[in-house]
Amino acid sequence: MHGTETDRRVFHVAEGPDHPPGHSTLLGFWIYLMSDSLIFAMLFATFGVLGANYAAGPTPADVFELPLVAVNTAMLLFSSITYGFAILAMQDDDNQRTQKWLMVTAAFGAAFVCIELYEFGSLIAEGAGPQRSAFLSSFFALVGTHGLHVTSGLVWIAVMVVQLRKHGLIEANRRRLLCLSMFWHFLDVVWIGVFTFVYLLGVMR
Amino acid sequence: MDALTHFLFGKLTWSAIPYHEPILVVTFIVVALIGSSVLFAITRYRLWGYLWSEWFTSVDHKKIGIMYMVLGVIMLLRGFADAIMMRLQQAIAFNGSDGYLPSHHYDQIFTAHGVIMIFFVAMPMVTGMMNYIMPLQIGARDVSFPFLNNFSFWMTVSGAVIIMMSLFIGEFAKTGWLAYPPLSGIAYSPDVGVDYYIWGLQIAGIGTLLSGVNLICTIVKMRAPGMTLMRMPIFTWTALCTNILIVAAFPVLTAVLALLMLDRYVGMNFFTNDFGGNSMMYVNLIWIWGHPEVYILILPVFGIFSEVTSTFSGKRLFGYTSMVYATVVITILSYLVWLHHFFTMGSGASVNSFFGITTMVISIPTGAKIFNWLFTMYRGRIRFDLPMMWTVAFMITFVIGGMTGVLLAVPPVDFVLHNSLFLIAHFHNVIIGGVLFGLFAGMNFWFPKAFGFRLDPFWGKISFWFWVGGFYVAFMPLYVLGLMGVTRRLRVFDDPSLQVWFVIAACGAAMIAVGIGAFLMQLFVSIRNREALRDTTGDPWDGRTLEWSTSSPPPAYNFAFTPVVHDLDAWTDMKRHGYVRPEDGFIPIHMPKNTGTGVYLAGLSVALGFAMVWHIWWLAIVAFVGMIGVTIWHTFNYNRDYSIPAGEVSASENERTRLLGAGA
Ligand code: HEM
Ligand SMILES: [Cu+2]
Repeated sequence: MHGTETDRRVFHVAEGPDHPPGHSTLLGFWIYLMSDSLIFAMLFATFGVLGANYAAGPTPADVFELPLVAVNTAMLLFSSITYGFAILAMQDDDNQRTQKWLMVTAAFGAAFVCIELYEFGSLIAEGAGPQRSAFLSSFFALVGTHGLHVTSGLVWIAVMVVQLRKHGLIEANRRRLLCLSMFWHFLDVVWIGVFTFVYLLGVMR
Repeated sequence: MDALTHFLFGKLTWSAIPYHEPILVVTFIVVALIGSSVLFAITRYRLWGYLWSEWFTSVDHKKIGIMYMVLGVIMLLRGFADAIMMRLQQAIAFNGSDGYLPSHHYDQIFTAHGVIMIFFVAMPMVTGMMNYIMPLQIGARDVSFPFLNNFSFWMTVSGAVIIMMSLFIGEFAKTGWLAYPPLSGIAYSPDVGVDYYIWGLQIAGIGTLLSGVNLICTIVKMRAPGMTLMRMPIFTWTALCTNILIVAAFPVLTAVLALLMLDRYVGMNFFTNDFGGNSMMYVNLIWIWGHPEVYILILPVFGIFSEVTSTFSGKRLFGYTSMVYATVVITILSYLVWLHHFFTMGSGASVNSFFGITTMVISIPTGAKIFNWLFTMYRGRIRFDLPMMWTVAFMITFVIGGMTGVLLAVPPVDFVLHNSLFLIAHFHNVIIGGVLFGLFAGMNFWFPKAFGFRLDPFWGKISFWFWVGGFYVAFMPLYVLGLMGVTRRLRVFDDPSLQVWFVIAACGAAMIAVGIGAFLMQLFVSIRNREALRDTTGDPWDGRTLEWSTSSPPPAYNFAFTPVVHDLDAWTDMKRHGYVRPEDGFIPIHMPKNTGTGVYLAGLSVALGFAMVWHIWWLAIVAFVGMIGVTIWHTFNYNRDYSIPAGEVSASENERTRLLGAGA
């Protein structure tokens, strides 16, 4: 009985391997995002611990302008929606429309970064720069890291548009669009955390 | 003029070159002589082209694994040189003598020793083992992201280069290997040492993190058909858990070093004494990375010991399932114990009790592992070859280190022993007795797989006895000294009655030096006698897992046909069931192409690190923009694969058929 079973055992596959190029890219990118979110977790934790150490300097209520931050948040949320449209266009195999929505996304993203830079600039001008207190250090580090991520997302979108123009919606480019999409929405999620914990709860503190 | 020099060179001036320190000058001359003779030999024998196209730019996980091991061995020599200098200093700095090392130098040495041993010896070697062995064990042809693998390796090299630069240009940190603030802040460490530390570790850390992502994907996605999770070789299991730990711990290190960097460069106040900073925040964050880090080092070698024990006992591993669960439990628990490194911070009794208890709980799964190994040996036909000798030495030594660890986990005991030489003895006991012994077991075990010939057993045994004996002689006195209250990181001593213990420890270090020399001799002799030590079977130890089913060294594509797995210990199963190796019907194989991008990026990152250390802003900008540019340029290359033609595959498979026939 045992013998007959073993005789039929196959110990190798005769065809080629089942690992087409890019078979683990989405998983890999997802894991990378998890690790990135840990960096943000640490920055949130630092803000949580140091966020009330004003060192006799300005408090959140003194320096945060919620209307401006609300506009900023809207920019980022819109950019996430428009990225969604880009993915829909990709699914319709419409290269032109994909690129167009990517550029709209980039415009919203750029507006976000500009508003943030303006906010940073006016904080520093008011004497509420990152050196002023541990609260402001942890604020600038957290929000600034997020802003740097958005900036690199913008560079990536630019590269992506060029690559779409050159090669069209080929397999590799679709994969890249999906990774970029995860990245972009991830930054949105992080921003919601920033908006709630840093700005809203900060002002209420 | 001054402004121009300042613009061009930042803080870098001639006084940064330590030509007034005889020890460093001699070191520099020796390093320069060795370095230039190696470079000369490579040029003389026209090896640059070969090295570049076959090794540096290779995306083959096997070659990258070997390069990691070479990096680790070279850095071991540097780290050990630091150790022996400390041992000598501490042995003679009594009775009013100042020893031979000035304090600013001594402080750099213990910092460099710790940093190098952890980040550039233990980490590369463990990563190298996982890189080489794990894809073979799961029947894959490469890792998920072969280019990323090459890039990760070169980033690790960059970090090592930056740390080594500090020896001859400027200085290294004088803060201890974790660079606690406020000492490491700009107020107390205004010079470049801590900056070298930060940039070296940040750059190497990127490599480690990406390699973690890569290896997780490989294990999840690329296992051979039939290899369910519970049929995965135990080394692969430990590699999986280790890489999960890497991905979940290294971002914390990145973040905390970035904050320290902001404090130092921008004048922020995270960890300063004033303006609301809190230095204990740093200590917490760095140990949230640091404790998982020690498990990142030990878990893979637990895997190595498991493979070795079962192979050399000729038995299936006892309690495979419990071994897997023990590994997973350790992985989780390693995140719940970090505070045991600073019980003395004063968190209060309940916090300390919590972390004391979680720490002690870790000894349960670890103990289960020890028993599993013992029961695997029980009634086995044990062959005491070198890998098994290292394993037995590990079991004895590690149990001692584990018990002193449990002692330190008791908060009141820790209040007495914190920061003492008892702690130093404890962690060398587990790191040398665990990680290093495991790496030696692994090297002796898998060397024939990687190179096609065994390591010479005679010199291997000499190395073994001197390492093991030397370890006990060097570190047992430190337990005694620690119990007598001697603290760590001391350069001179007042109490002459302590000297004898330090002299004994120095003798132990000398024995370890012989052990290292014998190891190098073992490599040399084995290469010289490689024909006599040749293994043509690909399976010299009667192995149990898939890496032994292919030739030694394996062909670039690892397996001509992807294996199918029916059982744990797949290769044993195949041998038992009369597996017949296919000798024809080969088909072309898709493989990734080599690329130099990793080397370019790493070179630019060295420039970036160096420029940031010395505040040479223009160079930093150029290097950074260069890195972005090279990365973007790389993404425009869509054509990354090539095919090994069926003819080439059959040629190398026929050669193997011939060798197997000749051996039989
Ligand atoms: C090979 C033989 C080794 C010897 C003789 C040795 C010796 C020493 C000595 C004398 C110290 C300083 C103790 C003090 O503070 O007074 C030290 C510290 C240290 N060693 Fe080793 N060591 C060895 C191997 C290793 C290895 C393999 C590792 C890790 C993989 C390691 C990691 C460390 C660390 C992290 C420190 C703490 C550095 C600090 O104080 O910041 N050592 N070692
Ligand atoms: Cu720990």
